[in-house]
Amino acid sequence: MKAPTPAEARPMPPDAAPAPVACGLPDGRWHPAEIAFWLLPVAVFFLLPDYLILGSQVLIAGLFALSLDLILGYAGIVSLGHAAFFGLGAYTAGLLAAHGWGEPLSGLVAGAAVAALAGWLSSALVVRGGDLTRLMVTLGIGLMLFEAANKAAPLTGGVDGLSGVSMDRLLGLFAFDLAGRTAYVYSLVATFAGFLLLRRVTCSPFGLSLRGMRENPRRMPALGADVPRRLAAAYTLAAALAGVAGALLAQTTQFVGLDVLGFPRSAELLVMLVIGGTGRLYGALVGAALYMVAQDVLAGLDPVYWQFWIGLLLVVLVLFARGGVTGALAAWVQRVRARP
Amino acid sequence: MARLAGVLFDGIAYGSLLFLVSVGLSVTMGLMNFVNLAHGAFAMLGGYVAVLAMQRAGIPFLAALPLAFAAAALAGWVLERLLYRRLYRASHLDQVLFSIGLTFMAMAGATWLFGPGQQPVELPDFLRGQVRLGGLEVGAYRLFLIGVVIVVTLALGWLVARTRFGAQVRAAVDNQQAARGLGIPVDRVFSLTFALGSGLAGLGGGLGIDVLGLDPAFPLKYMVYFLLVVAVGGAGTLRGPLLAALVLGVADVAGKYYVPQVGAFIIYAMMVLLLVLFPAGLYGRRA
Repeated sequence: MKAPTPAEARPMPPDAAPAPVACGLPDGRWHPAEIAFWLLPVAVFFLLPDYLILGSQVLIAGLFALSLDLILGYAGIVSLGHAAFFGLGAYTAGLLAAHGWGEPLSGLVAGAAVAALAGWLSSALVVRGGDLTRLMVTLGIGLMLFEAANKAAPLTGGVDGLSGVSMDRLLGLFAFDLAGRTAYVYSLVATFAGFLLLRRVTCSPFGLSLRGMRENPRRMPALGADVPRRLAAAYTLAAALAGVAGALLAQTTQFVGLDVLGFPRSAELLVMLVIGGTGRLYGALVGAALYMVAQDVLAGLDPVYWQFWIGLLLVVLVLFARGGVTGALAAWVQRVRARP
Repeated sequence: MARLAGVLFDGIAYGSLLFLVSVGLSVTMGLMNFVNLAHGAFAMLGGYVAVLAMQRAGIPFLAALPLAFAAAALAGWVLERLLYRRLYRASHLDQVLFSIGLTFMAMAGATWLFGPGQQPVELPDFLRGQVRLGGLEVGAYRLFLIGVVIVVTLALGWLVARTRFGAQVRAAVDNQQAARGLGIPVDRVFSLTFALGSGLAGLGGGLGIDVLGLDPAFPLKYMVYFLLVVAVGGAGTLRGPLLAALVLGVADVAGKYYVPQVGAFIIYAMMVLLLVLFPAGLYGRRA
């Protein structure tokens, strides 16, 4: 991939975009707030040992949301079928483990590889056409995979789900325990690794060019960027990360349900990302955490009410709070800084 | 041969129902460039109003249908004025999220009010059973369905091609700015068109209870079909969605009849294929 020179990939003026994390060309320096943010999940491991199972679910959802943020928040591709890649990763890892290959890390890699392949194949369909076509194609691919998994019951278990997933010890040392300690650390490390990768990618000239394509798809080709190829690369990378998230879920819960591929999961993911704020990476993590914790707390309520409140929240967010939580936070920080 | 004709007939009936529901979506997408995933919710509203009118108020089926139309049109008009209007200039992502939110609320509301089950519909006697039509046994209700849709389509065609309102709609679709400049009340045209589209969806929802079923999951279950009709047919026209809906209806019924083990797969595969082959819709979509 040919990188544009820095001058070509100048970030857009701040009023054009939901202002990204101040990130010029790569310097890789970490803001103290970022370090503090990542110390939180570490603290959870020691302080809240009873919540580690929920914690690993949050981390997996966070990784999944991060992968969507790359294509939606940065490249501007509206996807309604991102769960397809999550499900592919989950079924790949789950099927491997159910048929005797219980080594976790290679399962993770296999999940990522299958999802990436599917992402690469489908990217040719997705990057062409306008928003509506993309929306429909991603939705269609997601629904097709769902139907395929549903009909291939002998292989996937259909609606009953894939059981009999048994994992070996992680690195040959740590067994997956009932309290979820191994699962939590495993998910945390994987999510952090995914985050590091995305942080690097989004601050690179390639990441800046993605933002450029979102802001002005006509101008980027004029600047010499091969738009379809770059979008395809971003889409494939996002698919691979979603596959990792799916594989993590399959391995840590040792079960794969048909719902990993369902449309509700794709919609849920959009909700998480929008709650947190798109195009900032941290928004994906914050949104996933808020969503999962709220769902856990409100699980005692009727799921119907949950759906209603989520719907209302979406409407309100779109009408009144476009940037989500991190957007509001960034605006607040800016206001405080601007004060003399 | 007779079986093939039967499948074809059922497919056409199904397709014309899809057209009736989707035509409003096609117009809102063409006119306002608004991706409205909540369109199915208006159809669901029409369905529930029809069921309520028949069960609670004892209104006959044929009289319940205009009520379904009116209720959905009113809901569409109010929502357009209050909410949709603010998002015409928003990004497609915002529109998608907003309309998914509305859909969720509608589904939860329907579950809360009517419970999660399927709603039954009592058809009048003359619409039940089979009718002989040129040596072919066809469902009376499906024949009625096709008849209604033909009438509605002709009326719509007349409205768009012959009336002042239709001319205003066409002008607004072609060039909103110029239309505004010529003094066409584009905002009012938008509201009325949205209400009309929602009303037609409601009518389709009421008519479709017997064919599509009616439960709170309705808006999500058929969302793909409605979107597909518009995406394949091209937004902002009548002919495109009609053709697309018929093709889709026949393909879906034929697929379910001849290869039931593949299930809904066929329709999704077709959708991706058609979108790839005709990225601009069968009749070419305006940007």
